[in-house]
Amino acid sequence: MSGMRKNRLAAVGGAMVMSLVLVALFAPVLAPHDPTRAVAPTYGDPSPPSLAFPMGTDQLGRDVLSRVIYGARVSLTVGVAAMAMTVAIGVMVGLMSGFFGGAVDFVLMRLTDVMLALPALLLAMAVVAVLRPSLFSILLVIGLVSWTQVARVVRAETLSMVQRDFVIAARALGAPSPRLILRHVLPNVAPIIIVMAALGTSGTLLLDAALSFLGLGVPPPTPTWGRMIEEATLYFRTAPWLSIFPGIAIFYAVLGFNLLGYGVLSRRAR
Amino acid sequence: MRRSSRMSLPAHPPAAIAIAPKPGFAAPCSRGAFSPDKPMIGFLIRRLVFGAAVLLGTSILTFTIAFVVPADPAVAMAGAKADPQTLATIRRELGLDRPLYIQYARYLDRAIHGDLGRSYIRRESVTRLIASRFPATAVLAVCAMALSLALGIAMGSIAAAYRASPLDNALLVLSLALVSMPVFWLGTMLLIAGGLYLRSFPLGGFAGPMSLVLPTLTLALGSAGYYSRVLHTSLSDAMDQDYVRTARGKGLSGGQAMLKHAMANAMLPLVTLAGLDLAGMLSGVVLTETVFNWPGIGRLAFEAIFNLDIPLIMGTVLFSAFLVVVANLVVDILYAWLDPRIRPWEAG
Repeated sequence: MSGMRKNRLAAVGGAMVMSLVLVALFAPVLAPHDPTRAVAPTYGDPSPPSLAFPMGTDQLGRDVLSRVIYGARVSLTVGVAAMAMTVAIGVMVGLMSGFFGGAVDFVLMRLTDVMLALPALLLAMAVVAVLRPSLFSILLVIGLVSWTQVARVVRAETLSMVQRDFVIAARALGAPSPRLILRHVLPNVAPIIIVMAALGTSGTLLLDAALSFLGLGVPPPTPTWGRMIEEATLYFRTAPWLSIFPGIAIFYAVLGFNLLGYGVLSRRAR
Repeated sequence: MRRSSRMSLPAHPPAAIAIAPKPGFAAPCSRGAFSPDKPMIGFLIRRLVFGAAVLLGTSILTFTIAFVVPADPAVAMAGAKADPQTLATIRRELGLDRPLYIQYARYLDRAIHGDLGRSYIRRESVTRLIASRFPATAVLAVCAMALSLALGIAMGSIAAAYRASPLDNALLVLSLALVSMPVFWLGTMLLIAGGLYLRSFPLGGFAGPMSLVLPTLTLALGSAGYYSRVLHTSLSDAMDQDYVRTARGKGLSGGQAMLKHAMANAMLPLVTLAGLDLAGMLSGVVLTETVFNWPGIGRLAFEAIFNLDIPLIMGTVLFSAFLVVVANLVVDILYAWLDPRIRPWEAG
């Protein structure tokens, strides 16, 4: 009964994510205007949603709809790339920790404890502020502050794998550690990694949006959803549409990845 | 040392919604029976040492980060046009000309005595600055925690009571929607709706109970969605256990069995989460405080970062880590008290 339900959740989430990918890919076709040019006749004054501009225009006369569509490119790229960074660090730490155990495990897990005690957003802000905001520094920082969860799950999964007969057998046959890890442990840990990646993307999307909102995101003129909301805070009294629509976009993307990850995870547990 | 599995929960985990902690629900729940004995004192000491070690680690990490900062604190204090002599004097006064490990040792020594140094920009004691901002943050954190627990428990237990019904489905989607909303956007939307259109609430600042409503909602709704999912998972697990089936066999209704028997066990993961979240909130909520212009620790940290005010950055980060470590300790003790089956000091 609820297996069906989880299937549907994953399907809806998957469809939402796919639709975003399509929007990002076909942004030049879909966007009615150039996102970086002033196109509204009311230059310098935000104009409310109308037939010509369904999401209104901003303080520089730019079309909000086009900016939201183009924003999907940056936001998705950053979200997915940051997730890849997160998963790469987390999987590496988790595999090493679970496979080698002993002193390696002790040091890596104490490092994880320290990272968990640190406030992620503050740490991310501090590091971005120091490195200066750029696409690379943001990816790096998001990866650095959010790998702990992945590491723990991968470690637990690895711990149970290294006790399985096929790993013990391979070891007895003299397979070296790198081969054991890559050929025997990693493929069996992969399913949980994929789920963590889907759930992780919702987290990295939110963190990226938060950094953008605090003025530490990908620098202009690239439109990002988070920075659109940040720029809109000055106009929230007179032009609420400027913050409403980019927010809905972030919400839609994060919800899509959450539904996907949650649906797949619940089905796995069955 | 045995690692307690409860440490593994992240303090800010919107991404990890479905990774609900699942302690063993094997035995029936009997409350009470908390006898403080010697092994337990040993356990407490080990936890304290562990907490101190984590704090030491965080201080080393933040200190390292602070020193890869390219900005020169002396320039930050004296201004870009200061002459070399002034800069040298300032460096000497601050001890910046000493070797790094000596600087760190001095910092640590003072920090243990409650002195986190002086802010470069504000020229005030960091400890005093944090203390002056703490009340605003604390009021907000406590209100938000109370509201999110109330909402989360209500949503989670209703969903679990009507498992696999349309109501359960609706609550599932609602809670996923709540955790997927960016906090700063939710805050802005509430500000537009409640402050601009209804005109019932002030547009920001900390002045009286009315000003608390919107920030509290902003902060609480996301956590409520998360708690609801966690409670739903653990309640559903507990309801499938033999002891609940026994209780139902004795004639209790589903609701009664849930409230009287399953709930006591199912609440445990929530205790962990709420404890760590409260610590996280008490150390400042940058986004909510930014949206509502709230004079809390989050804004203080935000300004410190923008000014590269290193002592203030380190102070706020360490304060936050301190709260998380304390919360972990409290949660561990609470756990042992709530659930007599969990005796970490016997396993260690």
